[in-house]
Amino acid sequence: MKISTLGYSIKQGLKNIQRNLLFSLASVGTMIACLFLFGIFYSIILNMEHEVKDIQSSLKVSVFFDEGASEEQIAQIGTEIMKLENIANMNYISADVAWKGYIEDVYQGDNEYVNSVFGDDNPLANSSSYEISLKDVSRQDVTVKQLEAISGVRKVNSSDGTAKALSALIKLLSYISIGVIAILLLVSLFLISNTITIGISVRKEEIAIMKLIGAKDIFVRAPFLVEGVFIGLIGSLIPLIIMYFVYNAMTGYLAAHFELIANMVQFVTVGEVFKGLAPISILMGVGVGFFGSLLTTHKHLRV
Amino acid sequence: MVQLEHVTMQYPTGKKALDNVSLHINKGDFVFIVGSSGSGKTTLIKLLLKEINPTDGEIVVDGQQYSKLKRKEIPMLRRKIGVVFQNFRLLKDRTVFENVAFAQQVIERPMSEIRRQVPGTLTMVGLAKQYKQYPKELSGGEQQRVALARAIVNQPEIILADEPTGNLDPTNSLEIMRLLEDINKKGTTVVVVTHNKEIVNLMQKRVVTLKKGKIVSDEEKGGYKDED
Repeated sequence: MKISTLGYSIKQGLKNIQRNLLFSLASVGTMIACLFLFGIFYSIILNMEHEVKDIQSSLKVSVFFDEGASEEQIAQIGTEIMKLENIANMNYISADVAWKGYIEDVYQGDNEYVNSVFGDDNPLANSSSYEISLKDVSRQDVTVKQLEAISGVRKVNSSDGTAKALSALIKLLSYISIGVIAILLLVSLFLISNTITIGISVRKEEIAIMKLIGAKDIFVRAPFLVEGVFIGLIGSLIPLIIMYFVYNAMTGYLAAHFELIANMVQFVTVGEVFKGLAPISILMGVGVGFFGSLLTTHKHLRV
Repeated sequence: MVQLEHVTMQYPTGKKALDNVSLHINKGDFVFIVGSSGSGKTTLIKLLLKEINPTDGEIVVDGQQYSKLKRKEIPMLRRKIGVVFQNFRLLKDRTVFENVAFAQQVIERPMSEIRRQVPGTLTMVGLAKQYKQYPKELSGGEQQRVALARAIVNQPEIILADEPTGNLDPTNSLEIMRLLEDINKKGTTVVVVTHNKEIVNLMQKRVVTLKKGKIVSDEEKGGYKDED
């Protein structure tokens, strides 16, 4: 397409919006509502995922060795473990460290009492272990099986139930968000298509003349594509601006007025939210505008 | 330039708008296609513009076989044909200049060429001074001249005029015909579909008469044949 034609198409596209202002505003309004709602869902899900990840990162899998395993054998097991794909990091917990931790947890660090009962004995002498963090907790089952299969591994302890519940929650959130996004996209697509259809019917005579004079399809379609893209762009920028202020205000308000929430949740910063939200929203707005127009012009402008 | 070989156009209702029509028009010809309503004149125009496809037969314009044309090739074909409509079909929200320039814009001519070409074309049809006016401010004859200017501004090889004098008084009708004659003298093939008896008889050009979808006469320097 020539530059002069592009200029013409942009001018005509903007004129279409002006001519068809009421319907264009309705489309922009709906797009704003849809993408604002999407923004809210996105922020909630992002914050929840952030929390889930926090919890996930604290979940550990412990690998215990066969009794009497030598240091070389333990080191060999460590090498084998690190070869597995789902391992985020691994720490060696010696029997002494394990016993000290136990004393801290169970006897609140009362060494005097512990000494009086156990003397110099370490009841956890055969309980040195590797403490492992996983990259993806939802794949814990598979990783545990792989760990159990390593020669010299006696036992693998994992918090299976918590991991599964968290994975299920993330999955559920993902399904909900995909569902909501799909519905919102369809609503927006329908509205943009409606607006373009009206624009086409208003310019029916002009389009017919253009076609008979010898205009190429793209020349006839381009102004409507510009119209759709522009509606989509405006419809995505406005909710982003609103979201920016609403998010800051809401997280600030929640942190200031609800101590329980403030203690439990570490809110994702608005910058972090917008790193993903802004490009996705703009892409969705522009994409829906473009494809809405493309489908509509394809349907109505065949001569 | 224009060939119709055994062209039949049958609508889904079963009605044959054109029935086995064969017609040859040479480059530079001026031809009237005459006939009463329902004779197939409008169908013929639509077929030549490839708005519709014949149910049988072949159409060839400037060496291009319509049956072999791809969809994306249709705009290029139409650029060879300038069309004038009975009801002018001007864009009401655009000035005379913009209406004529529109024809060049849609085929993506550069602005410099549009600025050069449009005033010359408007001068040719006698509307140089009215370039700023809107269609509603013009008489019927002037509006048809704008439509004619729009049809010729891209210098097509053929002009198809569908009842160009249908909404005009005799004086304006004659003026439009004279303009078409001038254009024809410069080498453009002109095909005029009309039922204006006086004009046809006055112009003394080739006359092809259609009746119920068939060519019933084709005469050089002919006249309008009254239907029985």
